[in-house]
Amino acid sequence: MDKPWNNRAWLLVLPVVAIVAFSAILPLMTVVNYSVQDIFGPGQAYWVGTEWYRKVLEDERLRDALLRQMLYSLAVLAIEIPLGVAIALCMPSGKGWRTSLTLVLLALPLLIPWNVVGTIWQIFARGDIGLGGAALQRLGLDYNYTGDPLDAWLTVLAMDVWHWTSLVALLAYAGLQAIPPAFYQAAKIDGASRWSVFRYIQLPKMRGVLIIAVLLRFMDSFMIYTEPFVLTGGGPGNATTFLSQFLTRMAVGQFDLGVAAAFSIIYFLIVLLFSYVFYTFITKVGTGDAR
Amino acid sequence: MSVQSPTADGLPAAPAGTAGPRDRARARVSARGIALVLYIVFLMLPIYWMVNMSLKTNAEILSGLTLYPRNPTLQNYVTIFTDPSWYSGYLNSIHYVALNTVISLVVALPAAYAFSRYRFLGDRHMFFWLLTNRMAPPAVFLLPFFQLYSTIGLFDTHIAVALAHCLFNVPLAVWILEGFMSGVPREIDETAAMDGYGFPRFFLTVFLPLIRSGIGVTAFFCFMFSWVELLLARTLTSVNAKPIAATMTRTVSAAGMDWGLLAAAGVLTIVPGALVIWFVRNYIAKGFALGRV
Amino acid sequence: MATIELRDIAHSYRPDPRGPSDYALRRLSRSWEDGTACALLGPSGCGKTTLLNIISGLITPSEGRILFGGRDVTGLSPERRNIAQVFQFPVIYDTMTVYDNLAFPLRNRGMARPDLDRRVRRVAELLDLTGDLKRRAQRLTPDAKQKISLGRGLVREDVAAILFDEPLTVIDPHMKWQLRRKLREIHKEVRLSLIYVTHDQVEALTFADQVAVMVDGAIVQVGTPQELFEEPAHTFVGYFIGSPGMNLLPCELAEGGARVDGIPIPLPAGPRPDAGPHAGPGARYEIGIRPEFLEIDHLGRAAGNGGAAPGLVPVDVTDVAFLGTHRIVTARLGRHTVKVKLDEGRPVPGDPGLRFPPGRTKLYRDGVLVN
Repeated sequence: MDKPWNNRAWLLVLPVVAIVAFSAILPLMTVVNYSVQDIFGPGQAYWVGTEWYRKVLEDERLRDALLRQMLYSLAVLAIEIPLGVAIALCMPSGKGWRTSLTLVLLALPLLIPWNVVGTIWQIFARGDIGLGGAALQRLGLDYNYTGDPLDAWLTVLAMDVWHWTSLVALLAYAGLQAIPPAFYQAAKIDGASRWSVFRYIQLPKMRGVLIIAVLLRFMDSFMIYTEPFVLTGGGPGNATTFLSQFLTRMAVGQFDLGVAAAFSIIYFLIVLLFSYVFYTFITKVGTGDAR
Repeated sequence: MSVQSPTADGLPAAPAGTAGPRDRARARVSARGIALVLYIVFLMLPIYWMVNMSLKTNAEILSGLTLYPRNPTLQNYVTIFTDPSWYSGYLNSIHYVALNTVISLVVALPAAYAFSRYRFLGDRHMFFWLLTNRMAPPAVFLLPFFQLYSTIGLFDTHIAVALAHCLFNVPLAVWILEGFMSGVPREIDETAAMDGYGFPRFFLTVFLPLIRSGIGVTAFFCFMFSWVELLLARTLTSVNAKPIAATMTRTVSAAGMDWGLLAAAGVLTIVPGALVIWFVRNYIAKGFALGRV
Repeated sequence: MATIELRDIAHSYRPDPRGPSDYALRRLSRSWEDGTACALLGPSGCGKTTLLNIISGLITPSEGRILFGGRDVTGLSPERRNIAQVFQFPVIYDTMTVYDNLAFPLRNRGMARPDLDRRVRRVAELLDLTGDLKRRAQRLTPDAKQKISLGRGLVREDVAAILFDEPLTVIDPHMKWQLRRKLREIHKEVRLSLIYVTHDQVEALTFADQVAVMVDGAIVQVGTPQELFEEPAHTFVGYFIGSPGMNLLPCELAEGGARVDGIPIPLPAGPRPDAGPHAGPGARYEIGIRPEFLEIDHLGRAAGNGGAAPGLVPVDVTDVAFLGTHRIVTARLGRHTVKVKLDEGRPVPGDPGLRFPPGRTKLYRDGVLVN
């Protein structure tokens, strides 16, 4: 496993560095620049130090948004990870048409542009012209996602489950398919129950892909913007206003560039920090062995 | 060596001829099957509902719920295909998505090779730094991107969107490709070197064909994430490169929402994705594991 | 513990097998006495793993019955058959400690704690795993993992047989013989029936009391390692076992022996082989002799002693390979190549002739040994 040391490999990495530097470092520097200055126009900028940061951290609406965001991301993980694993366990294996069809249908929501996902649910969940909303109302529920904050929140959550659980299921399925049949045969000979097979064979072998799944789902749900924007516009009130939407509203809507920039930096750092904590936590807990 | 064919629950098939356990296994399989079918119905219902609406007139949509169109009409689709401001949205989207996929692959391939084969100064930090870009909220980049691309005169061009999407697609492509490349034994490189292949020739004629399924998977992911993204694409375009997804917001008119047209446009945005999935269906499972299983 | 008996077992992976070529395992009957260490030896695809899986219950045979100690177990699933199996790649429960791995089969069968603890510790001691009991199984070396898989079979008190499916494939070469020796030791101690599938003749011959050689879905010979070496019942056995394998030379029958390319080779006295019930005009004959049994000598000296050279066949030596304790001489006999194993220190004569000792020279008709 010892790879040779070769600094000329840098040449091969250079294009990537160049392109990512262009599309990440330059913009990020602009953001940093904005976050510590007050800019009125070209050439008119004043150093304000950490003022914008202080303002952001003291903003209660932002703290609310952060709390909402964390609650939402945790709900997403708590539903999508177990559900995805359960679906993977139900999927047919082998090479038949059933497998192909299942895979294609499962993957379909992942390939739909995010705003169209919003549109689909916007239509589907309406009480007047949408099947889902109308069905709930027929059942006697007082369901209205445009008026009721809880309904709106639950609808956004349902949409996320609809949209992304497939990703978890496909990852878990890939993990399951990689388990050699001998493991199942040995478990059978050892007299293991169905639960033991899951607990001691399938779950440990899915660990690697589940780490990827948890990280991806956490990051992406933490950055969610388009779908709730289309579905609820962040409302009613601020019930479905998550961090990204809060940010764009601040930057584009109110043109609070300094505060928005400071907020961007904090936002980015939060995602990084959480991802890092998640990653170390999961890799430690899994088997006590970080690899 | 073993030729067991596992059943739906992933366990090897119960031996034929054992009446009790086999019936139990079959009952369990069908319970799983029902659960799976129910979930797929849950997935398909909203999509079906949109397809259903796209085939109705607005009058029928607003007059009440019907589970299928009573008077199916293709009028909404005709509108889209005959109005350049509609269909050019599709062409724009496909244009920048293709551009992004090509750029991502071309720059990611050599880098992934370097990461999978060599240690070099700062390699681990670099790899991590690349991945952090996948964690950057696109909303953070809205304004700086807008300013950057306006400044260099690329605003409202396809290449601008393609480059912006590199932000998350290039790190992802490097990551997936590195996984696939690490699966190719290094002896192959050494053998080729002994056979007198120079690096470019070896890379293009020997190495790339070996990881072509990995390249396919990577292209699929780049396509997917570029195709579904709207926030950056909408911000960086106004007319000439405007993506279809952004065009859809036009359906609100003075007369209210044009639901049928909106639904038809939505259905058409699903079609390219569905086609791509159909072509890669046999690689999906492995692809989603990013070559790391 | 029990005798394992196969009655008219055959298996095909196709739902509707037509010809014999559709069968992965052709019809066979065989029984193994309790407590034997038996190896199934053959090239890949010969059906040995299929046979093993039929015995373990992972596959139900298309035809025939299988009995353990007289009890019909054909329809029973593996966990109800009282067998254990060690697979090609170590199967361990990654997240458990070594102790929990060994205890797993017992816990699944609801054994009480004191009993369980006693058995686990005894087996750990037997396998030299006592020091590792508290360690996580995932971090052990492949040979230790393979010992754990074996241990999970040994801990059970109800096990009638332990089956091995090429268990040394992923073990480092220098650990292989240690593990094999351990296996012999354990076999002596516990007297369980062991069935060991391998394509490696050294493994099979050093491990087993009885070796069954398989090819094309059929067992061609069962015997002790010595029998397989000295009396191969089939040309395949001669060719497959031994290094290099048996020399096989197509021949015609003649008075008092055989002729290879017209050169007479003496055969042991006996009834004329072409008079037997299976002999037909189309029968194909070969003589077989192991390189170890061929003698090489000076043509001239032999001729000088007795005029004619009795039993010496002139050959051309084309190659001599030095292999430490012996040499492999390659020689041309008529249109055929023969290999001769020569002890270190014995020179290759300048005018070489080969002697075929009659007791060691075998005659095969259509691949089958003729007595």
